[in-house]
Amino acid sequence: MRFAVNTWFAERLGDHGIHSEFLADHHPVHMPCLEIRLHDWEQAAGEARRLEMRMVAVWAAEAGKHDISVSGSRALYVYMAFAHPEHRHALLRTRLRDDTREVQSISGHYISACRMERTLQDMFGIHVRNIPDSRAWIKHEHWPENVHPLRADFSVTRMSVEPERNAIDYDYVQSSSQGVYEIPVGPVHAGIIEPGHFRFLAVGEYILNMEERLGYVHKGIEKAMQGRTAEHGIRLAARVSGDTTVGHAWAFAHACEYASNTAAPKRASYLRGILCERERMANHIGDIGAICNDAAFTFMHMQMQRLREDMARMHADVFGHRLLMDTITPGGVCRDVDAVSCMMLMQQTRTIAAEVEHLRSIYADHPSIQERVIGAGTVCIADARDIGLLGFAGRASGDYPDERIEEAYPPYDDVEVRVAEGKLGDVATRIWVRFEEIADSARIIGQLLETLPEGDIQAAWIPPESGVSGFAAIESWRGEIAAWVRFGEGGCIDRYFVRDPSAINWLGLELAVRTVPVPDFPLVNKSFNCSYAGHDL
Amino acid sequence: MRSALVQFFQAGMLLLLAPLLAGFVATCRARLQNRRGAGVMQPWRNLRKLFSKEVVMASHASWIFRTAPYVVFTATVMAASVVPAMLVDTPLSLIADVIALVALLALSRFFQALAGMDIGTAFGGMGASREMTFAALGEPAMLMSIFVISLSAHSTNLTSMINHTLNSPFALHPSLAFALVAMLLVALAENGRIPIDNPTTHLELTMIHEAMILEYSGRHLALMEWAAMVKLLLFSTLIVDLFMPWGMAVNTDAISLVQAFGLWLLKVAGLMIALALAETGMAKLRLFDVPEYLSGAFVIAFLGLLSFYMLEVGA
Repeated sequence: MRFAVNTWFAERLGDHGIHSEFLADHHPVHMPCLEIRLHDWEQAAGEARRLEMRMVAVWAAEAGKHDISVSGSRALYVYMAFAHPEHRHALLRTRLRDDTREVQSISGHYISACRMERTLQDMFGIHVRNIPDSRAWIKHEHWPENVHPLRADFSVTRMSVEPERNAIDYDYVQSSSQGVYEIPVGPVHAGIIEPGHFRFLAVGEYILNMEERLGYVHKGIEKAMQGRTAEHGIRLAARVSGDTTVGHAWAFAHACEYASNTAAPKRASYLRGILCERERMANHIGDIGAICNDAAFTFMHMQMQRLREDMARMHADVFGHRLLMDTITPGGVCRDVDAVSCMMLMQQTRTIAAEVEHLRSIYADHPSIQERVIGAGTVCIADARDIGLLGFAGRASGDYPDERIEEAYPPYDDVEVRVAEGKLGDVATRIWVRFEEIADSARIIGQLLETLPEGDIQAAWIPPESGVSGFAAIESWRGEIAAWVRFGEGGCIDRYFVRDPSAINWLGLELAVRTVPVPDFPLVNKSFNCSYAGHDL
Repeated sequence: MRSALVQFFQAGMLLLLAPLLAGFVATCRARLQNRRGAGVMQPWRNLRKLFSKEVVMASHASWIFRTAPYVVFTATVMAASVVPAMLVDTPLSLIADVIALVALLALSRFFQALAGMDIGTAFGGMGASREMTFAALGEPAMLMSIFVISLSAHSTNLTSMINHTLNSPFALHPSLAFALVAMLLVALAENGRIPIDNPTTHLELTMIHEAMILEYSGRHLALMEWAAMVKLLLFSTLIVDLFMPWGMAVNTDAISLVQAFGLWLLKVAGLMIALALAETGMAKLRLFDVPEYLSGAFVIAFLGLLSFYMLEVGA
């Protein structure tokens, strides 16, 4: 893959008097990082919005050791990334003033940036001006105000942080209208699921507003990644969200490979594609069953679980882990498949795809389950585009971002990906998209296995020089994972940022459940099945 | 004397067999889903576990919350003991009145709803409000369907109604078919089964019956769950009594009692298999469709009444 430097966004910005400079130590060149001036920040976001670009993420990084100024203070940079279906991703960076540490909010242009800006406030102590919602997000109320965990002066080992005893309660959205009542749900639920808090404002049995509160599974992954080598760090990246281990490991590996200018061998990229599509199939199968179970249609759940279990066992046999953890390494994959395993994988993928098609006809022939899913939890096209809904949730709502087509990173440059184009944005459409994706993934796996090239599965991994950063976007089963990695001294990572698709899709859920009856919420929630761990990091 | 013994045996049997029956339904469902299931003894194991666990209670729980499990359990057991299972004429048959029966069940429901609201959690209140809304629609439908049989028996006493059915020549009454359908629909709703409620769900927001007892633990929870199982058996016995009482013992001699017991078991098991089949093939209704479902049951029962007057009076 040799791409020319992508100058499209820089030219568009230049048209509107926003001066930008390409950063030389950022890779890849087709997804460039542009340095802009601080006072152009918000205008640049507005320009991106006008160009109908999708906001990918907003994050920050302190300057690494290579970049410490004469005065000794560490510069603080804020980044934002946008994506355009034709012109790929573009990153913007600006340096904050050392004294004020202020940046203008871009939430006016992209509402999904708001939670990321709140995270900047929490983790770096950056003051975001004109932010529509200034409440803390990841840092819950027992954290002291002036402690910022991602700053270099915060030490994880020196646990000097005393929990705040007189913490003020989180200020949920409230209603003073008569007849509106609040239902607090979670973070501990009656079932065994991840923790998250939902605050409903309901009138009778109708949801007026649902507010999410996340951050209960914040594990400090970004902090823990600092100082790890890429080989070591990928094990952590693979554990960002357990159900998306291939996606996260691949995004991390891809960002590292871009940074060090290595390319995984062709056979390795094919194997990664197989792993990722198998993960997609397994998760969609499990989720369809779980959605039906939430409508008390247990038959489907049991059958889908059986199929998922078959896949997990095959994964354990062939790749050494039921969930495919630690199969991808920077520069390649660590498990090769022999001809026998190839046959087994091919056979099982076909059998399972056929069984799913059979179950799909049972699902389609049951009016009682159809009754529940059709028209439930709708997100319209305009809303989906506004927040940049990702993955199958976006594809169900008439917005079709798919990195496998847009960037066509290997192996997807060799296989055709057919995107299911849903329009209605309800639970039924999300299930439909998932069924279509299972069938398409099975086809892709078959094609990749048939044309699996011979050769190495591991390219020599040479860490890049200090200060070099890489950015990658991988289409995981939930949607696009964006990862940004900057290397420090000795091949160690000094900043890792990852945006799980859940960070965006959680907003989609909030939109989907307005005016939905309260007991339909679990059904809609499951149809999105956002990751808590992936969001909280 | 002998009939009093039978009465005791019958009540005790209902109590002991109820968990087995719940286990039987669960096993049937598991088999229909191609699973092995946990076995018919599982509800008994659960109850034993719960009885040996300590009770955890909210600090502001009032006496209502603490006494409700006992009231609910006692009322349900009382209701169960007056419903004849094998012997038609028992010492308690005088109070075996369907209106009293419905009242006993309403008492248990009332305390369940109070207990749900007592703790002050959103789920308890939500469950109580849903339960009461549906009860207001379900109870008239249930009474209406029983009244179809009462009309021909000229009594609301269960024993007289059963005797009437046993003594009248076998004939197909369209009114009874209507009443049976209505009764089955109501029984599903009253026992919190699919498509109204899902007894095995873990989703707080969709619960009805489970939401009310969400805060219970230990022996309190055991009593509540046991009461729910007894209620399921009570309803199946009631349906058997009203619509297919043939084979029930009129005398207290051993042969007819054993025969009646066996037949009763068969009939109830048949009903439970039908329940498992229905639950496997159906998803839960949308909450706002439940009132339609229950009013449907009421209308069907009402049609039963009408058809009785049109076709069977004077015939």
